[in-house]
Amino acid sequence: MGESALLASETVPAPNAPVVVEARGLGVAFETDGQRVNALTSVDLTIRRGDFVSLIGPSGCGKTTLLRAIADLQAPSGGTLTVNGMSAAEARRARAYGYVFQAPALYPWRSVARNVMLPLEIMGMARGERTERAERYLRLVGLGDFARKFPWQLSGGMQQRVSIARALCFEPTLLLMDEPFGALDEITRDGLNLHLHELWRRTGMSVVFVTHSIPEAVFLSTRIVVMSARPGRIIDVIDSPLGAARALGIRESAEFLAVAHRVREGLRAGHSYD
Amino acid sequence: MRQIRGSAVFAAVLALASAGIARASLPGAPAFALLASLVALPLLVLALARFARRDTLAARLASPALFGALLLWLWEMLVLGLHIPFVLLPPPSAIAAAFVTHLGTLATDFRQTYLHAVIAGYALGCGAGFAVALAVDRSPFLRRGLLPLGNLASVMPIVGVAPIMVMWFGFDWPSKAAVVVVMTFFPMLVNTTAGLAATGAMERDLMHCYAAGYWPTLLKLRLPASMPFVFTALKLNSTLALIGAVVAEFFGTPILGMGFRISTEAARMNMDIVWATITVAALAGSLSFGAIALIERAATFWHPAFRR
Amino acid sequence: MVSVLGILTVLWYALAIPLNAPRLDLDETAGLSTLASAAWSMDRPVLPAPHQVVAELWTSVLFHPLTSPRNLLYHAWVTLSAALAGLGIALVLGIALAVGIVYVRTLDRSLMPWVIASQTVPVLAIAPMVVVVLGTLGITGLLPKAAIAGYLAFFPITVGMVTGLRAPDPLQLDLMRTYSAAPSAVFTKLRWPMSLAFLFPGLRVAVALSLVGAIVAELPTGAQAGLGARLLTGSYYGQTIQLWAALVMAALLSIVALLGVAMAERAVLHARGGRL
Repeated sequence: MGESALLASETVPAPNAPVVVEARGLGVAFETDGQRVNALTSVDLTIRRGDFVSLIGPSGCGKTTLLRAIADLQAPSGGTLTVNGMSAAEARRARAYGYVFQAPALYPWRSVARNVMLPLEIMGMARGERTERAERYLRLVGLGDFARKFPWQLSGGMQQRVSIARALCFEPTLLLMDEPFGALDEITRDGLNLHLHELWRRTGMSVVFVTHSIPEAVFLSTRIVVMSARPGRIIDVIDSPLGAARALGIRESAEFLAVAHRVREGLRAGHSYD
Repeated sequence: MRQIRGSAVFAAVLALASAGIARASLPGAPAFALLASLVALPLLVLALARFARRDTLAARLASPALFGALLLWLWEMLVLGLHIPFVLLPPPSAIAAAFVTHLGTLATDFRQTYLHAVIAGYALGCGAGFAVALAVDRSPFLRRGLLPLGNLASVMPIVGVAPIMVMWFGFDWPSKAAVVVVMTFFPMLVNTTAGLAATGAMERDLMHCYAAGYWPTLLKLRLPASMPFVFTALKLNSTLALIGAVVAEFFGTPILGMGFRISTEAARMNMDIVWATITVAALAGSLSFGAIALIERAATFWHPAFRR
Repeated sequence: MVSVLGILTVLWYALAIPLNAPRLDLDETAGLSTLASAAWSMDRPVLPAPHQVVAELWTSVLFHPLTSPRNLLYHAWVTLSAALAGLGIALVLGIALAVGIVYVRTLDRSLMPWVIASQTVPVLAIAPMVVVVLGTLGITGLLPKAAIAGYLAFFPITVGMVTGLRAPDPLQLDLMRTYSAAPSAVFTKLRWPMSLAFLFPGLRVAVALSLVGAIVAELPTGAQAGLGARLLTGSYYGQTIQLWAALVMAALLSIVALLGVAMAERAVLHARGGRL
C-alpha cells in the first residue's frame, strides 16, 4: 500500500466492500482448575473494509477475548473465524493486522524511532526504507520531533501514539486496538480520539476498537457492537447514522445522544445483577 | 495410562543403569556396558522430559534427582570407560567406599570445622552485621561513611584476611570463626540496610499518619519489609561461611578439620578421602542452605516470590 | 566517607599499639610516644601501621621492574589474568546455561536445582586440589586457576540471565506474536536486550568471585607468583607487612575490575539513552 492508498476513501464503507473479518458461531472457553468457563459464545460478526467497529461492554463480556481471537493470540473453541479470507493464524503469519495494546508496551532500551522500526526489522525490511517509514508514521501521529527520545521521556499519551505509529508503520489493512486510551486522562483521550478518527479517514483501513467508554465508541465508530457478560455474547449491533467527517462538537448533537442512549440501554438490558 | 508408561520407562532406565554400572565395574565386559549406556541414556533423557512436563511435587523432586543420578552414572562410566587416572577423578563408587571407611575421621573434621568454626562465626557475623545495619540506618553519618565501605567490602576478596586471622587468633577453630565473622558481616550489613530502606513511600506515609515513632515503624513495617533481604544474606552467608572456614584452614590448623584434610590428603594423592570430605562439605552446605530456605518460606510467605 | 576513613585510620594506628606492644623489648617505664613509635615501625608487627603498608606497596611497585617477582604489580597481573580468563569462561558458560534453562523445560526442572546446589558446595575448598591434580597431568599455569575462577563466577551470571531472559511481560511477548516473529527474533529483539539490565548486577558479583577464585587457587599449591602466593609466603614467614600489602593490592585489583564493569555498563547505558 503506497501513499495514494493512505489518502483514499473519505466515506463510510459501502455495504458491498470486501469482508475483512468474519465470525460465525465463534466461541472461546477457558479451562481453570478443570472448570470450563465460556468467555465468548456464538458470536456472529462481519467487518468490512473501511469499517470502524467498536466492541463495548462491561468487564468480563469477552470483548478483549474477541479481539485476541481475531489476532490469533487466543484459540477459539468453536465456530469459524476468517481474517482476510484466511484463518486467523494464517492472517497473523501474513502480518495482516497491527495491534495496539492497553499499555504502550514500548521497549525502554530502544529510542522512539527504533521502537517504531521494530516490526519492520522483524519483517526484514531494508534499513533505508525502515528509517523513512518510521519518520513518516511518527509525523503522522504528530511526533516527528521525538524520534531520538526514549519512551520514558514521553508522556503517557505520547507513548500510546508511538505505539499506534508502530502498529501502522507496516501498513496493515486492519488495526486491532484493545482499550488503547483506557489509562489516559479525559483531555488527552479526546485529543487522541480526534487524531485516530483523522487517521482512519485518511488511510481507509478497518479498525476494531475495544473500549469501556460510550462517548468514545459512538464518536469513533461506524458500527458499535454491544456485548454482555456471563456468558460473553453480542446483544446489539448499532450502525451509526453519523457521517464520516466528525469533530468533537458532534458529541452534543441529538443524533449522537440518540446513539449513545441506545448503547446505554443495550448495556443496561444485558447487565444482570445476580 | 501415561503414568503407567512413565513409571515403566523409569523402572527400565534404573534397571539398565544399574546393570550397566555393575557390569562396567567388572573387568571384561566393555561391550555390554557400552550397549547398556546406548540404550539407557536416551531412555533416561526421555524420562526426564516426561517428568518436566508434570507439576506434581513428586515430579518436581524426581527430575533433579534423576538428573543427578544421570550425572553420577555418566561420571562412573566415563572414569571407568576412559581409564581416567584415579588421582584425577575417582569414580563415585570409590568415593562412597572411602566415605564409609573413614566415617570417624570425617565426623571429627566436621565437628571441628562446621560445628565449631562455621556456626560460631556465622552467628556472630550475621548478628553483628544486622546490629550495625540498624545503627547505620539510624545515623545518617554512619550511612554516608560506612555504607560505601560496606558495599565495597562485600565485593572484595575478603577471604584474603584468613592468614592474618590465623596469626592473631591461633591455629585452632577461633581463628577460622573470625574469618567467617569477617566474611559474613558485610553481606548482612549491606542487605539489611537495603531491606530497611525498601519500604514504599505510601506505606511509610501510612505510619506517618498514625504518628508512629521510630520504634513502632521499625517493628511494624520496616523490619518485616526487610526480611526478604535479610534472608538473601543469610542464604548467601551460609555458603560463604563454609568457604571461609575451609580456606582459613589452609593457613594453619591443628591436625584436623575439613580444609586440613583436603589439603593434606590431596598432597598424598588420596583422592577418595578428599572427595569424601568434599561430599560432607557439599551435604552440609546444601542442607544448611535448604534449612534456611525453608525458614525463609515460612517467615516471608507474603512475598510475591512465594505466593501461589 | 572521608571522615569515616579518617576515623578508621586513627583506630588502626591506636589498635596497632596494644597488639604490637607485647612483642616489643621495652621496659615498663617507657612513655606512650616511645611505645607508639616502636609499635609503628616494627619489622614483623602483629598489625602493621598503615604507613608501613603504603611504603611497602610504594617501594615494591616503583623500585622494582615490572617483570620482577619483587614487584607486587607483577603478582597482581598474574592473578588478574587468571581472574579475567575465568570471567570469560563464566560468561560463556553462564549465558549458555541460562539460555538452555529458559528455552528447554527439561533443563529448567532438572538442571536448575543442581546449578543452585553447585554453589552450596564450598568450591574454594577443592580449588587447590584441582590445581594439584591438573598439575600432575602437566596442566599448569593460567588454565587451572581460570577454571576455578570460572566455576565460582558463572553462578551469579546464570541466575541474573535466567531472570533477565524471563523478564519480558506477556504484553511484550504478545506484541512479538502479532508480528509472527521467529523465536530467534524474539531472542535478539526482546529477551536478550531485556536481560542486559540483569546481567550487570550479576557481573559485579562475578568479578569479585573470579578474583577470589584466582587468589585461592594460588594458595597451597607451591605457586611462585600471584597475590595468593604472596599471601601464603607472607603468612609462612611472618612477613606481615608483605601480607597486608598483598591484601591491599587484592582490594585495589577488585576496585579496578569493578570500575571496568561500571564502564561497560555506562557504555550500554549511553547507547540506551541513560536507562537499562
